[in-house]
Amino acid sequence: MLAMPRKDLILFLGFAAAVLAMPIWLQPFGAAYPDLLNRFAIFAIFAVGFNILFGLTGYLSFGHAAFFGVGSYAAVWSFKLLSMDAVPALLFAVIISGLFALAIGFLSLRRSGIYFSILTLAFAQMSYNLAYSVFTPITNGETGLQLSLNDKRYLDRMFFEAGAGLPSPTLFGVTLSGYVAFYFCAFFLIATFFIAQRVTGSPFGMMLKGIKSNQTRMNYTGVNTRPYTLAAFVISGMYAGLAGALLAITDPLAGAERMQWTASGEVVLMTILGGAGTLVGPVIGAWLIKYFENIFSAINDGILSQFWGFLPEGAQHTAVLISSKFVGEGWFLTLGLVFVLIVVFLPGGVMEGVRRIASMIRPNKPTPASADSSATKPHPAE
Amino acid sequence: MFEAIFLQFLNGLDKGSAYALIALGLTLVFGTLGVVNFAHGALFMLGAFCAVLFRQLMTMETITIDPTKLSPWGAPLEVRAPLVQAWFGDFGAVLVNYSVPFSIILTIPVMLLVGIAFERGIIKHFYKRPHAEQILVTFGLAIVAQEIIKSIFGPNPIPQPMPEAARGAADIGIWLGMQANVITYPIWRLVYFLFAGVIIGGVFAFLQFTTFGMVVRAGMADRETVGLLGINIDRRFTIMFGLASVVAGLAGVMYTPLLPPNYHMGMDFLVLSFVVVVVGGMGSLPGAVAAGFLLGILQSFASMTQVKAIVPGIDQVIIYLVAVIILLVRPRGLMGRRGVMEA
Repeated sequence: MLAMPRKDLILFLGFAAAVLAMPIWLQPFGAAYPDLLNRFAIFAIFAVGFNILFGLTGYLSFGHAAFFGVGSYAAVWSFKLLSMDAVPALLFAVIISGLFALAIGFLSLRRSGIYFSILTLAFAQMSYNLAYSVFTPITNGETGLQLSLNDKRYLDRMFFEAGAGLPSPTLFGVTLSGYVAFYFCAFFLIATFFIAQRVTGSPFGMMLKGIKSNQTRMNYTGVNTRPYTLAAFVISGMYAGLAGALLAITDPLAGAERMQWTASGEVVLMTILGGAGTLVGPVIGAWLIKYFENIFSAINDGILSQFWGFLPEGAQHTAVLISSKFVGEGWFLTLGLVFVLIVVFLPGGVMEGVRRIASMIRPNKPTPASADSSATKPHPAE
Repeated sequence: MFEAIFLQFLNGLDKGSAYALIALGLTLVFGTLGVVNFAHGALFMLGAFCAVLFRQLMTMETITIDPTKLSPWGAPLEVRAPLVQAWFGDFGAVLVNYSVPFSIILTIPVMLLVGIAFERGIIKHFYKRPHAEQILVTFGLAIVAQEIIKSIFGPNPIPQPMPEAARGAADIGIWLGMQANVITYPIWRLVYFLFAGVIIGGVFAFLQFTTFGMVVRAGMADRETVGLLGINIDRRFTIMFGLASVVAGLAGVMYTPLLPPNYHMGMDFLVLSFVVVVVGGMGSLPGAVAAGFLLGILQSFASMTQVKAIVPGIDQVIIYLVAVIILLVRPRGLMGRRGVMEA
């Protein structure tokens, strides 16, 4: 860790401080409650992992929710069969989703570009449909997999008797709820961010960037790119599995809808919104989407008419009517519009916006990072 | 046994028709503009809601309160007078009864405008951008379209009645010289299949036998050369995008009696039709149509109980399975040209 370049170290420490202090600095935004903070951390992990595949390597997967869902199922099964402790659940989930990603990646990575997207989409939809139908004994179908009183929990039974009522996930005996759960998730967010940072800076990461900018040339230089893309795919699948397991730990329940392709679409949205190919971008994207999902969908007509209170009566009514279409139930419309605007005008996401503003403030100093903004990057292997 | 197989074949036709129509539109857009359009499912959904809108217009009523009569609860009776009947008399009743086929009249201009607006407004800026960004922007557009529909028509499916004459089932067995009641098939599905046939035939005839179609085909083969010949190929391609959205919209309109339209029906069909396009071969129009029917029929066979007994869950995954196999073994699809999007 000490061998890190100074800039990376500062970024990492700043990021860690920002994550750990989230309960404080999110207070004014009304988002500092553990349930939402957990989601911030979990989906940030998901997006950081997705970015290793999409941002670094340039492969657009439309099926990452499958790994997320598999991670959730694996964690809940570990709760049911082994122990309520979070550590075996996480290990189990990461290993299972890694193996799953290995199998799917091995097949899907035979193609690139749009064919890769459709292959991953097809695999994810297959898993989703099967989870709903044939695999009901494993997934409990539409109801979703839940803890029940007559679960086996072999490991726990070896040490102590079953208590009355449903147990909740623990970490070495400490119940994971409230801020304890958040700091547990935050620890993993910081750790995975660190790994992602190391991957990006490593020779392996350079290889992935090379694949993104021109896979054909990489092949002609004599590099077999398949192991690299597969490794990136498996790593990002394991990230997704970890995130899914954490979601199951904070709320021991797993449902098939987590695997649907719209869920895969959501992580794509997060990554693009924040800025694909950057380290911090996907995290910011995930936070923004989860924040607005919670805040926008909670706004109702009463709050709106207060907000537009300064307008005269008739205008206020119209303003409330129009703006109510964009909040509450309709917040997804806002998300869609923002997303279209981002893709059209700011393909590098929020991070590119930040970079542009920074270069406006310091016009004489071209930032080196702007050279690899994803706006100008060609697609892999086309 | 033969009857059972034949029945499954027929059952696959209506889904297959829908897949074929949507895949045809997708391929038109991809073949002409080279754009991977994830908003195509949304166009299908918009078409379906044109039918909903048309029916709502046709069934508008004036409500007057008649104080002389009382309802069983003692309140003054509301008298509902359908406006269309009041204006057009018997023809108004026909309009309401046949609202689904009549809404085609509304759908064609609406979808043409929507398609051209999409193309000129957003998609035109994405020709030179990578496919991934085209997918992303059209995905965003699809979300916007479906959320607008949701905020206007609500989140619940809105059932559309089919014309009275098309309710019930036709006894196809008798036509083929079999016994009565062996093979019966809902009339509207038959209508949908024939309608799809007409549309597909129309599109192919348009491309094959008109000068406009010839120019478009030439542009699909070599856009640059056609442009150099002094033909404004961009404008023709814009019109083709409009045409593709009309095809998607019409597929949606006529599908409404079979599946009550809801705001996310487009997304449900989109994924499948993408798979259909890939199976047929990117950029191949006959491939898209053939693969649409093929996969529809395969899906119907896979949902037979005898088949499900052998391979459980096969009905849920058959289409994706076929797509995966095709993509891995023969990435240009069944009828794709060599070298088009082969990676």
